[in-house]
Order: sequence, then C-alpha cells, then structure tokens
Amino acid sequence: MNLSSVEPWIILSFCSVIFFIGLFGVMIRRNILIILMSIELMLNAVNLTFVTYSKQLAHLGGQMSVFFIITVAAAESAVGLGLVIAMFRTLKTVDTDQIQMLRE
Amino acid sequence: MDISPIAFYIFSVMAIAFSALVVLKKNPVASAFSLVMVFFCFAGIYALLDAHLVAALQILVYAGAITVLFIFVIMLLNADVPSFDIGRSHILVKILAGVAAVAVLAAFVWAFKNSAQIQPTGTFSAEKIQTLGGNTRVLSTLLFSEYILPFELTSVLLLAGIVGAVAIAKRKPSQQ
Repeated sequence: MNLSSVEPWIILSFCSVIFFIGLFGVMIRRNILIILMSIELMLNAVNLTFVTYSKQLAHLGGQMSVFFIITVAAAESAVGLGLVIAMFRTLKTVDTDQIQMLRE
Repeated sequence: MDISPIAFYIFSVMAIAFSALVVLKKNPVASAFSLVMVFFCFAGIYALLDAHLVAALQILVYAGAITVLFIFVIMLLNADVPSFDIGRSHILVKILAGVAAVAVLAAFVWAFKNSAQIQPTGTFSAEKIQTLGGNTRVLSTLLFSEYILPFELTSVLLLAGIVGAVAIAKRKPSQQ
C-alpha cells in the first residue's frame, strides 16, 4: 500500500461504507427524524463520490453536481421536516409504525 | 491521489464512527450532534481533495442550516424520546441480511479496486485551476456561464421548497 498518497478506490470504498450505514439507518430505525438524518448521510456519501471522480477526471462537472445536490438536499430536508411537523400534529408521534391510517 | 493519507484516514475513521453513532444512538439529539461531526469530517475530506467551495458550502449549508433545522424540530416537537427497536424479524433473517450487506459492500470495494485506470477527460487539472485563480473562481465562472440554466432552475426549486414547507407545516389539524 502506498503511504504517500491515497488511492481513489479507498476514497470510493469509504463513500460506499457511509452510504451503507445510511441505508442501514433508513431500514432499521422507526423514528422518522433519524430516517431523514440517514438520508442526509447517503446524500453526503454520493457527494463525496462526485468530488472524487471530479478530481480524478480533472473535470469540474462533478463539483457542480455537488452544488446542486446540496441545494436539493436543503429543500428536501425543509419540506421533510415540515411533513414531520404535520404528522406529529395529526398522530402525536414520530414513530413510522404508527402511520397506518390507510389500513384502518 | 496526492492527498495527505494521515489526514484522510483520521477524517474517514471519524466519519464512519460518527455515522454509526447517528444510526445507533437512541436519543435523536445525540444523533443530530453526531451528524454535525460527520458533516465536518466530510468538509475536511473535500478540502483535502481541493474542492474548497464545496467544503465551505458543506459547513454552511449542512453543518449550519440543516442540522440547526433538525435540532429545532426535535426541540419543537419535544420528540427526544429514546426509541430503538431493531425489529421483530427472525434471527436467521437478520444474519442473512448482515451477510448480504457485507457481500454487496465487498463487491463494491472489489469493483472500485479492479476498475480500469481512469484517464482524465476534462481540462481542469490542479495546475490549471491554480493559474486560473483557484477553485472558487473557476467554479463561479462555470456556474454563471455553462451551468446558468440549472442555477436558475435551482432558485425556482428553492422557492417551491419554501412555499411547500410553510404550507405543509402551517396547516391546522381541524382543517383537514
């Protein structure tokens, strides 16, 4: 292993580890706030993949994409947390298992 | 890539540890603060990769705005009740799921390690960006020339996001 620099595949593997931690969080947690946080983790992992390829390819399109993904993530979390507030008003809980109004 | 390995490994190990805390902590406030640390580690890695504008935006938007929004909502709802339930599925299903997840991750790592060496296709090498005035200047020039249409569409998206968030969060339960 070369100790004077970091190979790109190490950075990309690190991104996939973070992405899988986020996916794991979305699948096992019931608290909707933590699910939103895990989605942010997954978005961050993808952003780092974009930046790594942007440096590797000497092309700035990747960093441009990250700029737009950050904007979309900010809008998404604002709307998502608005939905959480609306859900809490109606159901008095943030537990996703309690969302079963269609079943009743 | 010619980045400092020590800094990269410190940031990546910290990021992995804190993202595991985000997922595993019972208390949402503790998860939110672990999320701030993950965002800071990612900003450090962006700075190592010469993406200075992205690193600054990461701290401003993610570690600043989004996390404050999360903590604000947790406080507002008074929803910091500890909850953690890994599920009611059979132990065999859990073991199978864990093995499958590790296998998929190993496949990813193998694919990244054995993919062909990528040749640079763009023209923005590190030296050229340096002579053009730095990462932020080059990105800003691109943003207002080549990427002007997505940039303007982003403003429409943000406007829609603001209106949507206010409309959803302001509605009273009795009006449904």
